[in-house]
Amino acid sequence: MDSNCYDAIVIGGGPAGLTAGIYLSRAKIKTLILNEGVAGGQLILTHEIANYPGVENISGYKLANIMKKQAKSFGAEIKTISVHPQIETEGNLKKVVVGEQVYTAYTVILTPGGSPRMLGAKGEKELKGLGVSYCATCDGEFFTDKEIIVVGGGNSALEEAVSLSKYASKITLIHQFDHFQAFPAYVDEARSNPKINFIMETLVEEFAGDGKLEKVLLHNLKNGSKEWFNAEGAFVFIGYAPNTTFVEKLVTLNDRQEIVVNTDMETSVDGIFAAGDCIVKKYRQVTTAVGDATVAALAAAAKTWELKKH
Amino acid sequence: MTLDTNLTHVSDANEWQKMISENENVIICCGRMGPMCIPVYDLMEDIESEYSHVKFADMLFDIPEAHVIRNAPEARGFMGLPFTMYYKNGKVVEATSSIQNEDQVRSILDAQFGQK
Repeated sequence: MDSNCYDAIVIGGGPAGLTAGIYLSRAKIKTLILNEGVAGGQLILTHEIANYPGVENISGYKLANIMKKQAKSFGAEIKTISVHPQIETEGNLKKVVVGEQVYTAYTVILTPGGSPRMLGAKGEKELKGLGVSYCATCDGEFFTDKEIIVVGGGNSALEEAVSLSKYASKITLIHQFDHFQAFPAYVDEARSNPKINFIMETLVEEFAGDGKLEKVLLHNLKNGSKEWFNAEGAFVFIGYAPNTTFVEKLVTLNDRQEIVVNTDMETSVDGIFAAGDCIVKKYRQVTTAVGDATVAALAAAAKTWELKKH
Repeated sequence: MTLDTNLTHVSDANEWQKMISENENVIICCGRMGPMCIPVYDLMEDIESEYSHVKFADMLFDIPEAHVIRNAPEARGFMGLPFTMYYKNGKVVEATSSIQNEDQVRSILDAQFGQK
């Protein structure tokens, strides 16, 4: 068999991709996992996981490494890629083109995950690492005794605002709506923290400073006014966008660019499955990604065997 | 103490001095095993073999002797890990703060050190 011919190809190496790799390779299906960047996906961004059943407490990085080791131990191959793959169907086979490499398989499972959303505000890119940050665990201590803002209104924003209060002298949480999407417990904890203030119904339109962040331009959505607000740090936690651009012409996506799947996690294309944060769903957790991927892998395994018979 | 990567580790100021003085082109990524740093180590490992004229290394941000990078004038104002420093003939020619993608690292390597 040609070295680039596999039974199944998994695209993405986060918890969903690694789970699919574990199930497929354990079922003796020759499996290739193509991954952009570090295996583990957003899992490695999580400092501590305390709600993964069977594991009392573990860092995301360690959990990702265990999953990767498991997948490899059952025979899955993991290859790092630096360009988006292109997928084509050719009879019973799927062709995955990555640069000059062409891989084939009977089935493909898409698990590309998502990426943290940037605000897209003026000055954001230029001041990344110079005051604008996306990771409280990584960069929090640089803001010791400084006045900072946190942008967002979901669980991450509220949780991280509380976590940053260990360092910053004052935190202003800025959110575009008049209510939070976060769970009430997170909101209550943030509201009871004396270091945290709130500015609601407001957008951050610009980051500015000379070599480092000094101020942000706030746009009040209620009265339309705009004013500069002094801040030495800005942490942006506004959710994740699915990494589905590379399949937008291949499979059906919804208006949020999430992949539409059926109960077997199969996409609109026969033999192409999807799982994890890239699919249409309400709750994005490591456990849900692992669950989706288990279903996708079992369904893909059945499909693979069926196609191999022909 | 060193980082858990496959890159060459710089573990103190003497090693750092030796590395930048004995190699014409050097990239050192100074950080922790955290989410913003790991992707940079990982991509450095991936592309290291393509840049045989550049020495690739890492340094743990939290060791006291990492002050040679933490307190470098070129890193003044940096507030995001990792600090990635590019040295040519012992002098800093470029420095970046926070996570970078492969294209960003490659473009600096190519611009500062050329392609081999």
